[in-house]
Amino acid sequence: MKAVDGRIWLVLPAALVLAVAFLGPVGWLLARAFIFPEPGLQNFAVLWERPVYLKVIGNTLLISAVVTPVVVLLAFPVAHLMAHGSARLRRWLIFLVLVPFWTSLLVRAFATAILLQRHGVVNSLLVTLGLVDEPLPLLYNFGGLLAGCVQVLLPFVIFPLYSSMVRIDPAYMKAAATLGANPVRAFVRVYLPLTLPGLMTGGILVFISTLGYYVIPALLGGPRQQMISQMIQDQIATFGNWGMAGALSLVLLAVTGAMLLLLQLTVGLREVAR
Amino acid sequence: MNDVLALEGVSKRYGAQVAVDAIDLTLRSGEFLTLLGPSGSGKTTTLMMVAGLQQPDTGTIRLNGASVADLPPYRRDIGMVFQHYALFPHMTVRRNVGFPLEMRRLARDEIARLVDEALELVRLPGLGDRLPKELSGGQQQRVALARALVYRPALLLMDEPLGALDRKLREQLQLEIKRVHRERGISVLYVTHDQEEALTMSDRIAVFDHGRIQQIGTPEELYDRPSTRFVASFVGDTNLVSGRTVSMADGVCEIETSAGRVRASARQPIANGAAVVVAVRPERVAFVSEEAGLAGVVTDVIFVGTARKYAVRLSDGTECFVLRQVGAASMAGVGATVRLSWDAAHATAFGA
Amino acid sequence: MREDGMRPWRILRAIMCCIVAVWLLAPLVVVVVISFSSAPFLQFPPPGFSLRWYAQLFSTPAWTNSLLVSVEIMVPAAFFATVLGTAASYSLVRGRVPGARLVMACLMLPIVVPGMITAAALFGVYRGLGLNGTLTGLIIGHTVLCLPYVVATVTSALRVQDARLEDAAATLGAPPWATFRHVTLPLVLPAVLSSLLVAMILTFDELIVSLFVSSARVRPVAVQMWSNLLGDFDPTISAIASVCFLLALLVLLADLALRAGKSSRIA
Repeated sequence: MKAVDGRIWLVLPAALVLAVAFLGPVGWLLARAFIFPEPGLQNFAVLWERPVYLKVIGNTLLISAVVTPVVVLLAFPVAHLMAHGSARLRRWLIFLVLVPFWTSLLVRAFATAILLQRHGVVNSLLVTLGLVDEPLPLLYNFGGLLAGCVQVLLPFVIFPLYSSMVRIDPAYMKAAATLGANPVRAFVRVYLPLTLPGLMTGGILVFISTLGYYVIPALLGGPRQQMISQMIQDQIATFGNWGMAGALSLVLLAVTGAMLLLLQLTVGLREVAR
Repeated sequence: MNDVLALEGVSKRYGAQVAVDAIDLTLRSGEFLTLLGPSGSGKTTTLMMVAGLQQPDTGTIRLNGASVADLPPYRRDIGMVFQHYALFPHMTVRRNVGFPLEMRRLARDEIARLVDEALELVRLPGLGDRLPKELSGGQQQRVALARALVYRPALLLMDEPLGALDRKLREQLQLEIKRVHRERGISVLYVTHDQEEALTMSDRIAVFDHGRIQQIGTPEELYDRPSTRFVASFVGDTNLVSGRTVSMADGVCEIETSAGRVRASARQPIANGAAVVVAVRPERVAFVSEEAGLAGVVTDVIFVGTARKYAVRLSDGTECFVLRQVGAASMAGVGATVRLSWDAAHATAFGA
Repeated sequence: MREDGMRPWRILRAIMCCIVAVWLLAPLVVVVVISFSSAPFLQFPPPGFSLRWYAQLFSTPAWTNSLLVSVEIMVPAAFFATVLGTAASYSLVRGRVPGARLVMACLMLPIVVPGMITAAALFGVYRGLGLNGTLTGLIIGHTVLCLPYVVATVTSALRVQDARLEDAAATLGAPPWATFRHVTLPLVLPAVLSSLLVAMILTFDELIVSLFVSSARVRPVAVQMWSNLLGDFDPTISAIASVCFLLALLVLLADLALRAGKSSRIA
């Protein structure tokens, strides 16, 4: 007795493509960690024992851990202004944030690189203003990487944060005021906690994105900022070591998964539609 | 068979929960039958099964004699009106009303003619080119009605259609629906939780509780001769007085309560000494002067326009209401000691 | 709501917003300006105005071929992603798919899994199938990458829509396909078109999977840019970057127009 049940079949084509062109290959790659060059856990043993791998993994985590609060801190005032400013200002700000958001990662990383060159805009400005005597090395180091990450990731935090802020009923702040809280305390004890979902979403999104980055560290970072993705590419392109690549991918995926679990447990994976 | 609709042994469960429990129902041609009950009682689920939007687990549903078990909703000869109108927001009123005719592949001018006719029927002739969002709630519901009737289905289903409207509008539309029902002679299966609405509009009412039909009958039957305690208290206002049977003869019980002795009719034989609850309507309760009936004290007198409602607390603590038309002099003031009684024919005793 | 005493905070906020605004836009502005530079190196401010880099861009076969390849990937990939994604969304939201939430979560995986992993995986599997360096391989990869965006957008639009409308259509005599065509699709069209646009820009910008799967002959714009960057860069690259940026701007405006249109039409 089927009334409208035929509709369930419509999900099949997409599911099939997903299984064949994504789940399958990724599974294959992760399996390599246990199979290549011989079956067993050697790849993980090597990963654990040889310092270079752990160093890169640790480095990646560290970089993500530093980038995240910087981006969140910078995003907060912008989101706040968007949520509480005039409608006109809001529209301009949204546009301002959307434009780079839609521009490709490569273009933005490249653009940042241009600005940070030895004889680029930033250094010229600093020298002209007399703030420094010599141009600073802003590229191919952590500073460059950070600048690039911030550039790319700001919108990822601004939007969820804005979403959260816009949903805060102004009555709460008014109530806090009438109950005797000065603006600072009201902000810290009432407002901030209410923005927590947005903060968590944005923060975790940034952390996860930074973990997996390839283009930005390759273009803007130096050899000491090598991240996991670059290492994976290296293993495949230079050494043909699919086993190691698989092992590293597994580690990367595991950390990403753990962060997502954290997000699910604290906020719930309600994807905010762009 | 003049039955437009027949349900036999129909059940539905959601997991462990039984929504509808083996119900039997028939709807005669041209009849207005209401499914009445509190939320969760199974009345909407039953309607959805008749529409084909949900499938029964057991039992058969027949439309005009033929089983609809394999028929999806779009092949059943029904029209349906939803609580929130369900008008297609991107189509004008004309296109909304004409939609079912389009589905039946009628010619364009035929569609135009029938749409005009349907809009006339619901008294909205000029609004054809408006979008639903430009109409008021009452207008939208009328368009929904026109849309459900334009192709003259055998059966019209209505799922609490007036629930989203305010009181005045609701009363207005109740009359509209009745009028359309009379003019077209269509069979209607109506769902509501508002017992006043059911009493006003229906030829017969089926009272639902926890997935079962407690009683089917005309409004008068349900009101004057409720067959279960649930029906007695759900339909109209009722006083419920507890006591024990002392004796029973010819369908009439003598009941002893701590406030006094009263009599009531009973549908089934009740053993002596059994605990019972007597249901009696406020307008059937009388103040008596003799030392018979139940003793109590008047706690409040409420003036409700055409009548006065006396709140009386009986000596055993039960609250009772007595309704007296204005015209007779006020029967008693607040604080007065009174005695209440009634005719056994107008009170029903149910096993407690 | 904020009285005096909040002034220092508001000034701080304004300053930070300016910093962010500059940080977000300055690089893009600089890129566009340099693309019009007359100097053969990336100097800012440029010494003079010239269109030579654009001329070079459109006359160098490496670049024009890559633009062609990008379009040849973009159109089919975006189209397939949109069609498959919309069908899947409809099925997941309105049908009664067993394990719908799991399926939905899986469909979101390509966004969550780091690009490098997807790229390496596809490259590895394609090796055995001879799909590396082919348009087909690239189209398949890009389709999979765009699917989550389409599914997220369309399911969200479908959820907002009243499911009762489809029930009503059914009771009025509309079989499932007619219901979809006359009721569901028109109401969800803005979301579908929006995700088509998003998919197109996504494949155009996609680098990592393309990097692995492309070859010297079948190479989209992003990969061409990348190899150019790692070699010696001249302002041609800023010209193509500006073109990409312009494209993004146009698509963004189109999407905004779509959303504005949608909110005024739905009741």
